[in-house]
Amino acid sequence: MSQAWPEMEEQTLPAEFAHEEESIKITGFWMFLVTDVLIFASLFSLYAVYAGRMGGEPNPATFFHLGPALAETLLLLTSSFTVGLAIWFMRRRQVGAMTAWLVATLVLGATFVAIEAREFLGDIQSGYTWHQSAFLSAFFTLVGTHGAHVTFGILMALTLLIQVARRGLTPVTARKLYTFSLYWHFLDVVWIFIYSVVYLGGRLG
Amino acid sequence: MPAFVPYLLHTLFPPTVLRPTEIGADVLIVATGVIIVTVLTRQKKWGWLWREWLTTVDHKRIAVMYLIAAIAMLFRGGVDALMMRTNLALPSVHFISAEEYNEVFTTHGTIMIFFMAMPLIFALFNAVIPLMIGARDVAFPRLNAVSFWLFAFGALLFNISFVVGGSPNAGWTAYPPLTELAFNPGPGENYYFLALFISGIGTTITGINFLVTILRMRAPGMTLMRMPLFAWTTLCTSALILFAFPPLTVALGTSLLDRLFHASFYTLGHGGMPMMYVNLFWLFGHPEVYIVVLPAFGIFSEVVPTFSRKPLFGYTAMVVSVVAIMVLSYGTWVHHFFTMGAGPSVNVFFGLSTMLIAIPTGVKIFNWIFTMWGGRIRLTVPMLYQLAFIPTFVVGGATGVLLATVPVDYQLHNTYFLVAHFHNTLIGGTVFGLLSGLYYWWPKMFGYKLDERQGKWAFWLFFLGFWVTFGPQYLLGLEGMTRRLWTYPLGLGWHALNLISTIGAYGMGAGFVVLVYNVVWSMQHGERDLTGDPWDGRTLEWSLPSPAPEYNFARIPVVTERDAWWAMKARGETTAVRVRPDEISALELPRNSAMPFFLGLGFFVLGFGLTFRWWWIAGLGLAGILGAMLWAGFDYEDRKHVHAEEIRRIEAALGRLEA
Ligand code: HEM
Ligand SMILES: [Cu+2]
Repeated sequence: MSQAWPEMEEQTLPAEFAHEEESIKITGFWMFLVTDVLIFASLFSLYAVYAGRMGGEPNPATFFHLGPALAETLLLLTSSFTVGLAIWFMRRRQVGAMTAWLVATLVLGATFVAIEAREFLGDIQSGYTWHQSAFLSAFFTLVGTHGAHVTFGILMALTLLIQVARRGLTPVTARKLYTFSLYWHFLDVVWIFIYSVVYLGGRLG
Repeated sequence: MPAFVPYLLHTLFPPTVLRPTEIGADVLIVATGVIIVTVLTRQKKWGWLWREWLTTVDHKRIAVMYLIAAIAMLFRGGVDALMMRTNLALPSVHFISAEEYNEVFTTHGTIMIFFMAMPLIFALFNAVIPLMIGARDVAFPRLNAVSFWLFAFGALLFNISFVVGGSPNAGWTAYPPLTELAFNPGPGENYYFLALFISGIGTTITGINFLVTILRMRAPGMTLMRMPLFAWTTLCTSALILFAFPPLTVALGTSLLDRLFHASFYTLGHGGMPMMYVNLFWLFGHPEVYIVVLPAFGIFSEVVPTFSRKPLFGYTAMVVSVVAIMVLSYGTWVHHFFTMGAGPSVNVFFGLSTMLIAIPTGVKIFNWIFTMWGGRIRLTVPMLYQLAFIPTFVVGGATGVLLATVPVDYQLHNTYFLVAHFHNTLIGGTVFGLLSGLYYWWPKMFGYKLDERQGKWAFWLFFLGFWVTFGPQYLLGLEGMTRRLWTYPLGLGWHALNLISTIGAYGMGAGFVVLVYNVVWSMQHGERDLTGDPWDGRTLEWSLPSPAPEYNFARIPVVTERDAWWAMKARGETTAVRVRPDEISALELPRNSAMPFFLGLGFFVLGFGLTFRWWWIAGLGLAGILGAMLWAGFDYEDRKHVHAEEIRRIEAALGRLEA
């Protein structure tokens, strides 16, 4: 397929879908997301079963820090909005604005990861390790897997920024940016479940 | 001698890998390796191997690589089986030790399922599906190669456990606490979890790939309800993979966290629950048995119409029953542990849901029989396997329904009755199906037929050998012989049946030898397939030359009904295979890439490092993986341009260009 981006097609379909080949890749990405949903579903099921099975933890109710978790939630929700803006500008081929919003997304994401890492370190220093109980194993693994996904997403987007800088917006880079945004929204949704089930549920339950 | 040398030697070569069988294997491996290297070097074939095969992204070549690997793994799994059967041939035979028996049934089961059945299935998916639906390749050719290399390096990692460090020994299911670090400190189970984790990622990608290929790349006019049944079963198998492998990935990953990083998911202390592992494993495991048997159903649905010269009876019912089996297979997993005490209501629910699957399966059996009814049947090797499949699978299914009856299962759980049951379905269903498909599509893959007479010898050895092996095992199970039993004393009344069973197993071993001979002989002397349609086939792959050119279709066919190729032939469109020069245009084809190979290698190094907790090696592997991914991300040259002139030349050489 040529790298050109025909004007006519652009008007009927969003940029990332304009080429059959790229559109097929987006279908594939959705399938990948299905498997990732199921990974998280399995981890959630472990967590749900283990939620009551604590070892000698000092006090489960005070284990969850709602403040930082709320901050994380706001950061990630906002970043979902900014990545949406990035795609909006991408479709209008405003590379500058697109890049700016993507960078904003990454900054928000990195802050999220930093807060989570600090929380985890704090937990470990207070003597909560995943060796201690099945509950802590499930907690660290569920939340940590999400955090690892976010980290990976940030790295992925960094390479995307380089690719866009080098090649500009082409059908290929547009598709990659779009799939990145899907991935990012997906992580946001997973986090909402983590926040409500793990943090709010843990505090209330 | 530096201090680390004895440590290294002891870690890599503990006494458990210095037993006679392991040393024998070492000799065999080194000898084969030397022969391969010498031949390749003598004939100056290294560059050819690298360019044409190891870096290929062509689905037809990937199919051949899967096939070779699967046959090698069938050999390995078969040798394991014969070792077990030798030990059980007579009372108190101590041919191998109890520890070794544990390792051998573990590697046998794991290899047969994950490294024999799965790649053989993927070999046929790759060889057939794009041709059958009128596509030029799969949706993601480079990822297809990634899948293959993840499988291949996963299989390699699993297999070296035999000679380096020690084999896993907790069964193909790897339940905790048998796998808990405290009770099983060696590297064996690390090998198991890591190898399956790595090849599992590859399998998941294959599932995605074929799902998208079938959903998005069919030829114009080929609606879903005009698709050949094999495409339907591939679609459903891929969907099953998509939904079944994530729970397995989590089960394996969390077990690894327990073993390598001291988490407490399934430990006996610290609130861990081994039963959670068992649930996750079978949430994958039951759909897995349908992942390996649905393709066989699809193969028979192609073989039977072709060799009966009739359209498939009840096409719609066949599709509905495949989809029904796919959906139902998610609701039965607890039948693998009725005896763990979930309570009567839970057990009854899962017992009934299991029996329900017999209904769509029965529909399929009847439809195959009705397809044959009144047809002009040709008893070729593929058809023989189909005819052997019907009674064999029916017995396997019936004993499955027996086992789904909870009180019966309490008696028969983990006895040889179960061993006989699942071999009945795995061999009678999956293996007979795959062998049928292999003989059927072999000419399409390689351009020559496998000799029928030799094929019939192999068939009879497999078929009769199967019943001689596993028939007696039902009786042994009823007499109380438990599975995974190393040896037994005289006086329990088991010896005669066991001896018969072992004789049967050697019969199947002989069948394998004949099969390999059949392949080697036919390479030289097999009947060449010059028409591309040696069986008078019905589906689009038979409209192409054998083997098909790299781009498959010079001109994508337009489909107007089911059995598209048969219909074209019936309408007298014998020129359908010919293309006019002006119908040929230039193509963008996928370009070979070394990235998938290196990605797989990175995973192998990571897995090896983690197995022995040599973190720096693991780090090296991880760096390799990230490097390969970066490479993939920045590589925009994944297609190559092929000029129309070039394609015209190839088509002309194939005799398919109209003057
Ligand atoms: C070639 C003929 C085969 C023979 C003679 C054979 C024989 C055996 C034997 C003796 C066992 C161990 C029984 C025990 O001690 O509990 C076994 C287990 C098993 N076999 Fe086979 N087998 C054959 C083919 C296959 C095939 C083709 C598959 C799968 C596609 C398969 C899958 C398994 C599995 C999953 C187990 C259970 C392993 C475990 O207990 O963890 N076998 N087989
Ligand atoms: Cu099952």
